[in-house]
Amino acid sequence: MNERPGESRESMVTRYFGEPIKRNEDPRLLTGRGTFVDDIRPPGLLHAAFLRSPFAHARILSIRTEKARALPGVVAVYTHADLPPALQEPLPKLIPHPALIHHKTQYALAPDKVRHVGEPIAVVIAENRYVAEDALELIEVEYDPLPPVVDLEQAIQPDAPLVHEDAGTNVCAHYTQRVGNVEEAFAKAAYVFTERFVIDRGTAAPMECRGVVAQWEPKMRQLTVWDSTQAPIPIRNGLARLFGLPQSSVRVIAPDIGGGFGPKIMMFYPEEVVVPFAAMQLERPVKWIEDRLENFVAMNQEREQIHEASIAVDKEGRILGVKTVFLYDAGAYIPYGLIVPIVASTTLPGPYKIPNYHCEFRAVFTNKTIVSPYRGAGRPHGVFVMERLMDRVARELNLDRAEVRRRNFIQPDEFPYDVGLIYQDNAPLIYDSGNYPACLEKALEMIGYDRWPSERERYRREGRYVGLGLACYVEGSGIGPYEGCRVTVEPSGKVYAATSVGTQGQGHFTSFAQIIADILSVPVEDVTITTGDSGAFSWGTGTFASRAAVVAGNAVALAAQAVREKALRVAATLLEARVEDLELRDGRVFVRGVPGRSLSLGEIAVAANPLRGTIPEEWEQPGLEATRYFAPPRGTFSNGVHAAILEVDIHTGMINILKYVVVHDCGRIINPMILDGQIRGGVAQGIGNAFYEKLVYDENGQLLTRTFMDYLLPTAMEVPEVEIAHVETPSPLNPLGVKGAGEAGTIPVPAVFASAIDDALAEFSVRITEMPLSPNRLLEIIRTARERSKEAKSPR
Amino acid sequence: MKPAPFQYTAPETVEESLVLLHTFREEGKPLAGGQSLVPLLNMRLARPSVLIDLNRVRELSYIHDEDATVSIGAMTRQRAVELSSLVREKLPLLAEAVRYIGHPQIRNRGTVGGSLAHADPAAELPVVTLVLGAQLVVRGLEGTRVLRPEEFFVSFLQTALAPEELLVEVRFPVHRTYGTAFLEVARRHGDYALVGVAAMVQMDGERCTEARLGFTGVGPVPVRLPEAEEAATGRPLDDSTLGEIARIVAARLDPHSDIHASATYRKEVAGILAGRALRLAAERFKQREGA
Repeated sequence: MNERPGESRESMVTRYFGEPIKRNEDPRLLTGRGTFVDDIRPPGLLHAAFLRSPFAHARILSIRTEKARALPGVVAVYTHADLPPALQEPLPKLIPHPALIHHKTQYALAPDKVRHVGEPIAVVIAENRYVAEDALELIEVEYDPLPPVVDLEQAIQPDAPLVHEDAGTNVCAHYTQRVGNVEEAFAKAAYVFTERFVIDRGTAAPMECRGVVAQWEPKMRQLTVWDSTQAPIPIRNGLARLFGLPQSSVRVIAPDIGGGFGPKIMMFYPEEVVVPFAAMQLERPVKWIEDRLENFVAMNQEREQIHEASIAVDKEGRILGVKTVFLYDAGAYIPYGLIVPIVASTTLPGPYKIPNYHCEFRAVFTNKTIVSPYRGAGRPHGVFVMERLMDRVARELNLDRAEVRRRNFIQPDEFPYDVGLIYQDNAPLIYDSGNYPACLEKALEMIGYDRWPSERERYRREGRYVGLGLACYVEGSGIGPYEGCRVTVEPSGKVYAATSVGTQGQGHFTSFAQIIADILSVPVEDVTITTGDSGAFSWGTGTFASRAAVVAGNAVALAAQAVREKALRVAATLLEARVEDLELRDGRVFVRGVPGRSLSLGEIAVAANPLRGTIPEEWEQPGLEATRYFAPPRGTFSNGVHAAILEVDIHTGMINILKYVVVHDCGRIINPMILDGQIRGGVAQGIGNAFYEKLVYDENGQLLTRTFMDYLLPTAMEVPEVEIAHVETPSPLNPLGVKGAGEAGTIPVPAVFASAIDDALAEFSVRITEMPLSPNRLLEIIRTARERSKEAKSPR
Repeated sequence: MKPAPFQYTAPETVEESLVLLHTFREEGKPLAGGQSLVPLLNMRLARPSVLIDLNRVRELSYIHDEDATVSIGAMTRQRAVELSSLVREKLPLLAEAVRYIGHPQIRNRGTVGGSLAHADPAAELPVVTLVLGAQLVVRGLEGTRVLRPEEFFVSFLQTALAPEELLVEVRFPVHRTYGTAFLEVARRHGDYALVGVAAMVQMDGERCTEARLGFTGVGPVPVRLPEAEEAATGRPLDDSTLGEIARIVAARLDPHSDIHASATYRKEVAGILAGRALRLAAERFKQREGA
């Protein structure tokens, strides 16, 4: 199991694994030759537009569509009543959990009640999108508006309006995990500090919104769906079941995708079933492309949680216990189950030894857009809470912030380390490997921690408020169940590999090719990767939870390894030599010591698939091809430290990031350039979460930030240069020794910002306990803190 | 995000444009750079029956040096203003302010007249016309009117333009004998300002002999505060004077609250920015005098 395909045989040279080679896919994407869902234009294409609820909470009394149907150019209008029984039911429950008592899921089209602004009620199919949108205005819906429940804490009050009346409560799950005995630990602790933390909503804002094109060929009984999903194979399986078709009659293709970040794995978004339904009904291809106004209310969101958290420490700042009790806003439905709050609970302990831990949450329905994982998926919350508590301990005990962390780290010789919890994959939360002290020391060195006290003084003398922030985190990644890959060497000698995952910009076309190129000893340009097509590979789950490199990457390696072995076996027969005497080099199999006797992989591929003759038993099957799956026993755990120096203008609340460093350990690195890109993008998203991006709902559940004028994404002007360093602690859980890296950039940024702002404003005793901030909010916090310290100082 | 149906016209002269405006009146809507109108159309928040696209009216695109004034045609792109050496030399306040408008891509399309006629009180150009005392030249079929900014800007997104009238030119007084400064606090680079300040000063040594202060984003129209200007006049622009000005600004302004900033924030920050802008303008005045 621990044999590494990239380096296991002496004859194999690692040429690509670990190298910062340029991405195979970039010339195509940068010259506008990508194929995104909106680029799919079958002849006879119709266009869909959805009528969405303008109310956060309302009963639907009637829907009249006659006028819309009568508009020239309109082909069909469908409401819930027009759908077949299978599509009238709530859409599938994705991830059940015993604690999830009320597992309510969304509808394809709302039957009699709408529960959030943007919930689809009807769809117009027309000759073009313009007419379709004109027709939406002609649909007459009679609503009986109900009082909405918008605020998370109000939603749990006994008199709160109910999002789902039959549940009798807005609390759909109440779940607790415990390690040790936190009450005892708190009772005997030297200090206990308690804090309330509020994290608000954001949206992933992928550059490409969602989109679906569906084509039904009635003669072939073949449904083809192009879908901007992160999980094409599960979508194929689900569509086949809903439409009563064999899986072989449904093909789902996730072509080039302009960013996923989590919300593009849902199964099902209403549009993903309604558009194929319309295409089958009308026997014409139908396209729906989500526009940004829709995306802001119809694509899943994340991040809203309120924690009451406490930490108990001894006199030296060693952690005796941690407790968090929190509310998790699920939005109007909870198709994705409890993944986000479980990830938040289980990420919180981070790199520290916490002998006693209590985490307890309630998942709560509100009349807002559905919540499902978005890059970080609960991890930023856990890290924010824990790192804020660590900073608090340092401040209260007058200890150095780095020293408090050092005293509590799990040490490099303590792995595997059992945290004592159950993780999101229902497996025990066991850290596989890591070197937390090394990452911290490296980050401290990069940020200039030793000279910071004097730097800080110097800034203060200049009248500037500058702070240093730092945060450590552990990122669970690479969870099962499995992924697969088929590697084929064609007679041309070129290598083709089909994987089970979709790709949304992660560079799989390159990183997977690097793995294969080394194992088969071919140029990386000769390896072509297919992702995201259920017609090319039939079994798999999807790209989420920082798992593609780990789970699919190792399947890729195993399949390539099997092809390599097959090539040697076939060559042994053809060259009349023993396998042990053969070596694979530069795409050719040689007999050792006989330079003249060799065969290219292409020649072997031809011989392995003869037109006449026999296939020897030891070849097992024709062709130079193998399919392999990788199913990890449990997740692997990356980790890292971010540190930043940040200036606050105390008169305007504006901030300026002077320096940002990341030290990151995701085990063995396949392509450092791709990895650094992942981290930089993640940091940008984290900066958004910390200071710019906030979805603001009013008391009626109307989203006030529905455009990029009001929902502020950080731009190249706001995101600083990020200095990155790597520590490589291989994972023992997979042959490549890799760990996930998709979310590492995003996770600790809010915690780092809070830490730096606290430091910058230490003389006002500011303690940041909420995210995201804004200049306006920061000035309020400063004002309050100054008044408080004035009161404290004034003699009474 | 597709607009409701509309009829499209593309006149090539001012005369043709005025005839179209006269014909369609409230039903017609002039399209300049489209940086505000096109999103409004796509969101169906604006639903004109007829779009009068002014982008082919070449005669409205110019920057003319007329000694004491510089006249800028309404369809002149903001980017052209930004890159004009004449503007940099004679209209330093405009040159500085125009760079705060969005991003280069936006300024490549956005026009001087479009921004003024849109009359967003958080925009940069309206306040610049106000503190400079620029003249806004408005034409209709019946004749030409020249309006002062105080007359032109009526309320939030509202101007004194009649439906059949077109803003054709802005005449900016040359102000190179002033020290000027334009400062903004915006959430991100290129966003509409939470608060913006345009300042102009004349100095006699350390003493300020004339001050003008204009504010964006703090009311339904751009605002000047004579009381704050008077507080600066005849005094050195030191901490004490600027502190007093900040207090006057905070007391006199009556800004709105929105999701990005409270009224309190806007008042406070306007006071701070006023001080910073006056100080910067004074420094620039001295630098120029010294040069």
